[in-house]
Amino acid sequence: MKKFLLAISLLLSAQLAEAVIETYDFDNEEQEQLYYEIISELRCPKCQNQTIADSDASLSRDLRFIVQQKVKAGETKGQILNYMQERYGDFVLYDPPVQPANYILWFSPLIIFLIILVVVVIRVGRRTIDPETGDVKMNDTHSNEKGE
Amino acid sequence: MIPELGNFFLILAFINAILLGTLPFYGAHTNHKGLIQFAHRASTSIFLLMLVSFVCLTIAFIQNDFSVAYVANHSNTQLPIYYRISAVWGSHEGSLLLWVLILTGWIFAVSSFSKSLPAEMTARVLGVMGLIAVGFISFTLFTSNPFERTLPFIPIDGADLNPLLQDFGLIVHPPMLYMGYVGFSVVFAFAIAGLLQGKLDHQWAKWSRPWTTVAWIFMTLGIALGSWWAYYELGWGGWWFWDPVENASFLPWLAGTALIHSLAATEKRGAFKSWTVLLAILTFSLSLLGTFLVRSGVLTSVHAFANDPVRGKFILVFLAIVVGASLILYAIQSSKVRSKSNYTLVSREIAILFNNALLAVSTFVVLVGTLHPLMVEAFTDGKSSVGPPYFNLMFSVFFIPILLLMPLGQQINWKKDDLPMLLKKYIWWFVSCVVLALLLTFGLNGFTFEALEPMALLGTILGLWVIAGTIKYIQLQSAKGKTRWAGMRKISRSYWGMVLAHIGVAVTTLGVVLTSYYSIEKDIRIEMGETVEVEEVSVYFKDFQNIQGPNYISSKAIFEVSSSGDFIAELKPEKRRYNASQMVMTEAAIDPGLFRDVYIAMGEPLNNGAWAIRVYYKPFVRWIWLGAIFMALGGILAMTDKRYREKKFKKKVSEEAVSNGQ
Amino acid sequence: MANKKILITSIPIVIFTALVVVFWFSLGSDPTELPSQRIGKQVPEFNLSNLHNPEEAFTHQDLPKKPFLLNVWATWCVSCHVEHPYLVKFANQYPIPIIGLNYKDVRVDALEYLNKGGDPYLFSIADEDGTLGIDLGVYGAPETFIVDGDGVIHHRYVGVIDERVWNTVILPKVKELDPSLVDVEATQ
Repeated sequence: MKKFLLAISLLLSAQLAEAVIETYDFDNEEQEQLYYEIISELRCPKCQNQTIADSDASLSRDLRFIVQQKVKAGETKGQILNYMQERYGDFVLYDPPVQPANYILWFSPLIIFLIILVVVVIRVGRRTIDPETGDVKMNDTHSNEKGE
Repeated sequence: MIPELGNFFLILAFINAILLGTLPFYGAHTNHKGLIQFAHRASTSIFLLMLVSFVCLTIAFIQNDFSVAYVANHSNTQLPIYYRISAVWGSHEGSLLLWVLILTGWIFAVSSFSKSLPAEMTARVLGVMGLIAVGFISFTLFTSNPFERTLPFIPIDGADLNPLLQDFGLIVHPPMLYMGYVGFSVVFAFAIAGLLQGKLDHQWAKWSRPWTTVAWIFMTLGIALGSWWAYYELGWGGWWFWDPVENASFLPWLAGTALIHSLAATEKRGAFKSWTVLLAILTFSLSLLGTFLVRSGVLTSVHAFANDPVRGKFILVFLAIVVGASLILYAIQSSKVRSKSNYTLVSREIAILFNNALLAVSTFVVLVGTLHPLMVEAFTDGKSSVGPPYFNLMFSVFFIPILLLMPLGQQINWKKDDLPMLLKKYIWWFVSCVVLALLLTFGLNGFTFEALEPMALLGTILGLWVIAGTIKYIQLQSAKGKTRWAGMRKISRSYWGMVLAHIGVAVTTLGVVLTSYYSIEKDIRIEMGETVEVEEVSVYFKDFQNIQGPNYISSKAIFEVSSSGDFIAELKPEKRRYNASQMVMTEAAIDPGLFRDVYIAMGEPLNNGAWAIRVYYKPFVRWIWLGAIFMALGGILAMTDKRYREKKFKKKVSEEAVSNGQ
Repeated sequence: MANKKILITSIPIVIFTALVVVFWFSLGSDPTELPSQRIGKQVPEFNLSNLHNPEEAFTHQDLPKKPFLLNVWATWCVSCHVEHPYLVKFANQYPIPIIGLNYKDVRVDALEYLNKGGDPYLFSIADEDGTLGIDLGVYGAPETFIVDGDGVIHHRYVGVIDERVWNTVILPKVKELDPSLVDVEATQ
């Protein structure tokens, strides 16, 4: 079984070693850019952790083909991502949607930073320098918390 | 015989680690001179034992001893000798052995270079590192022994090393990175020893600083090497993918960077003691977390090792014990620590505090993004992915202020400074950077402001601003001397280190921003004798050959690249098929340059002898790694500052301990 | 004062403990397995040819009006070769209809394979371009969908169906939909 797993992992990395190079034609440059943008934001559903742009798996080929068809048919990025999400779920979206399950992901860093900012400004902001001794005056409500 | 010897020495090292992880604590507690002295001897012997064990595995690889399962699975008779040696750390078991070897190497280094420290402090530090070694050696022995035999069915030839790893990158990248990962165990051990002794004064910070810096240097170089390797080896021109395994190395780097700064505040001003010691614990905890993520299989990654749930459980338990015990110790002991807080809102202390807050939140962004898929799976029935769009955006949000504040943070005074005065000194420098950045992006954008990416402009401004601000800093500092030259000489080596490292950050930033926004990537179909134009470069398909390598056969194409008639380079990308594994590998061909790379990778053969190839034009891509080299050089300057070479710590220490009354 | 401070210095250990718990429960699960997006929804509409007769087309209307299994397979899929004998055996034992979806395959190869190894399928749909496969969110054959009489998908199993999977996953789910289908005695 171990050997088998190893063989699989080797096969998977073999796929990753092969760059995917295809030559699709597009009507204009915007379409081509949109195509590259979309395929580099979609995760290959069966690979380890690769975009469908980087993956050589046959499913990725199929999905790239669909994206290309849809781009040429004039569909928007949102429509195409939606199409993929309907079939394979949020898993395929490398750009996680802003929805309740992802609120921690999107908002917690900023909230943490703002808390730090507020605490520092409140605690340190009132400190002044004593013009005579040159020492820092705390002016805190908790005046017992002086420096050593 | 040799593999058994290797195993035997590994077991001896295990016993040695148990002794090192226990007796010195007792010695330090009872002030037993002999046991404290034992810590040093045990540190030397554990390193030598691991070295012999490691050499045994290396010999097994050189001799193609396929009776050893690990050798049979990761080597081959056709493999060139240098790759047979680096194949030792080409997969899980051997890389773990290297990890342990490096850990014992750090133990040996601490024991050798800490003669000037108080004896019981050193004993505790070595004891903590001994305990970490117990964990990792038992992990190797009980779940991942590289010396296991394949008896009685010995394969005639080995399964070969993954061709991706048959590269110079494997020789240098993992050892360098592990030096960094494991190197953070030293400052961790200092933190634990300090907490145990209840002594976290500025001396503690002073001892910890050079060790932190040296680990950080290795980490910086290790990550940069990995990025450079991925860039030239994987054949799709990327240099960072925000893959969980990359993030696993980036997390301790970010935390370590914050630690370097907060240690400065703790050493110089006695500030943020409690936070600094927490950061020291967290930095190494993130190293351990990285090990867990890479080797347990909880996350999918392109780089992850073949997984085994037993290993995952083992590391998780180990992680829980080490980090859990440290954090409990921290909760109890650090609540007694008093930090000095004689600073105001406009001071270097606060600048460092914001540097730390921003770096910590950046670390949090990477951590939460990496672990979020696990959380979603644990708490909902769906699955989610977090990739480059999230990381690029969120990381920028917190990195932009870091760059913006960096030049001011260098110059601002401890305790209190005058903000309007400070800003006044820099305003024209900043304006010049904006103008210069406008010109530069205007040029790169094809001499038009149409469709100019605001982020490209912003990134360029910030990169230039950090460089300019750092030059201004030198100007201001050197003005303090009698002459400019005397002033320059008065700037200490550690400040020069800071200057160089900050310029490194700017150089990397410029590289990242300019490559990201101004790279050209094109997949084309090309026939022999044909010339295809890719934006401003033209590619001529000159020749095609089939060649025979040592352990592969290869299709090699020769392209001539020129720009408006001027010859640039002859590029020879290959597509190799390796004999043993029958795996196909793309070997990209790159013409490197300080200001741009031209990069060609071969795709599939098409009809009529034509090939699909991918051509990249990547401006400033080298700057990404050049910046890392600057950062590392800066680190070397800082850690070799003369105050770390003082011999007489002891007297000062006792005075300090008395005055702090702890 | 010290008491208050210990509350703050204990925050890291609390967060860390929570993390370890999540990690512990993540260890067993396979991170590569994807939940299906089609549960509770109709089998997507399709118009594809009969594997056995390219002239004849199947659509949504042709699906059985009682619970059935929709098995996605191909001759290029190695694990499908492992699964196939089990399906033949279960198709003989149980009255559960199995529909074959031959996914991105070469028709002749597939027919030859069914001739040699036995044909467990009530009928076989040829999805040469993989369109129905993608609409179903198929990411790796073999995959088996459990569908009810109204064409609504209730469950997806990814991987080889063997004795164990059949008894512990497939049969209980089918039984919920129609107990008579899992009754071996009734048909023998």
